[in-house]
Amino acid sequence: MEYRDYYQIMGLKRDASQDEIKRAYRKLARKYHPDVSKESDAEERFKEVGEAYEVLKDPEKRAAYDHLGANYRAGQEFHPPPDWDSGFEFRGGGFTDAAGGGFSDFFEELFGRQAHGAHGFRSRFDARGQDHHAKVVVDLEDSFHGAARSISLQVPSLDAQGRMQLTSRTLNVKIPRGIREGQMIRLAGQGMPGMGQGAGGDLYLEIHFRPHPFYRAEGRDLHMQLPVTPWEAALGDTVTVPTPDGKVDLKIPPGSSSGSKLRLKGRGLPGKPAGDLYITLSVVAPPANTEPARAAYRELASQLAFNPRAGMGV
Amino acid sequence: MTSQTILSGIIVDDSTEFTLGELSRTCGMPAEWLLALVEEGVIEPAGADPARWHFQGHCLRRVRIVRHLQTDLGLNLAGAALALELLEEVEALRQRIALLEE
Repeated sequence: MEYRDYYQIMGLKRDASQDEIKRAYRKLARKYHPDVSKESDAEERFKEVGEAYEVLKDPEKRAAYDHLGANYRAGQEFHPPPDWDSGFEFRGGGFTDAAGGGFSDFFEELFGRQAHGAHGFRSRFDARGQDHHAKVVVDLEDSFHGAARSISLQVPSLDAQGRMQLTSRTLNVKIPRGIREGQMIRLAGQGMPGMGQGAGGDLYLEIHFRPHPFYRAEGRDLHMQLPVTPWEAALGDTVTVPTPDGKVDLKIPPGSSSGSKLRLKGRGLPGKPAGDLYITLSVVAPPANTEPARAAYRELASQLAFNPRAGMGV
Repeated sequence: MTSQTILSGIIVDDSTEFTLGELSRTCGMPAEWLLALVEEGVIEPAGADPARWHFQGHCLRRVRIVRHLQTDLGLNLAGAALALELLEEVEALRQRIALLEE
């Protein structure tokens, strides 16, 4: 088990006042809230900050944590000294819903028993299990072809003593064809188990696409940028284009330029109706790194009276 | 390697509908709280009275975001509703920027 430096996580000195702790938490929570933040590690940071605040906001837990001493370094191997918590009583500040069960081993070892024990089995028996939500990242191609993906979930559960613990659970889930970014898949009965005779809750998987090198999904439609040569754009041509469904021939109309948009109907994500694939042309000039290439550019220059800056009055 | 069964679920889209009770269970919040969200205009049900209300699938995502903003950041309902609308606007603008930057 690794020691966690809660003050470092919150960017605070060890003698910070309760007000300073609260202010730091509010600021960090807004910054890293997974629904608000676009930082890739937002969810992890948010949990970390929530855990740190859970301890530091509660004077009793904070005192016990401080009692461990300031000599540990974050990440250092850590075993709680025997009776480290004697003389402290945790009445439990309660868990925020977002953080419940998602805390580190370090936290669970120090505060888990006391904090969770009090909450034990509050629900009446024969209760339906809670619905569970999780985010899942899949490839864009999975939506195209449908796929079976193995998904690992951390599930909080109560052990025989009523202690919260995290167990890892692996599910093989079918990713339905045509699923879109942000959509949820409902798996009936795969949520938290029910109590007594109660049925299990449902599991909701929120789907996100891994960034793709060419395509960007927007709803059912896909967008991509296609490099073309100046002569393909100017004279028109038929070029081969990759689509997630295989190569297709695309006709480029004469007089196209950088930024021209073409649409391949029905080549977006599958569905009824299927989405479209939008292609934005990007004209790429060949490098002038050989004598024939330079001669060709000189020929163009002598033949064409072309001033791309005419609109700028120069 | 042991063979595992492959679970199939259904996509929660706008052809999926939740009753008030189902939505309440799925987001883990009481029906009274959802009534307040309807009053605030965060979600719009179809149907004459709460007992016959139906919510479209996309409501689930909005409801969950509002709940997270409230519990995690301490926003009140009006503040969370405003933040949700701004977040959706930011998302739409980001999409447009990505399109223009391509």
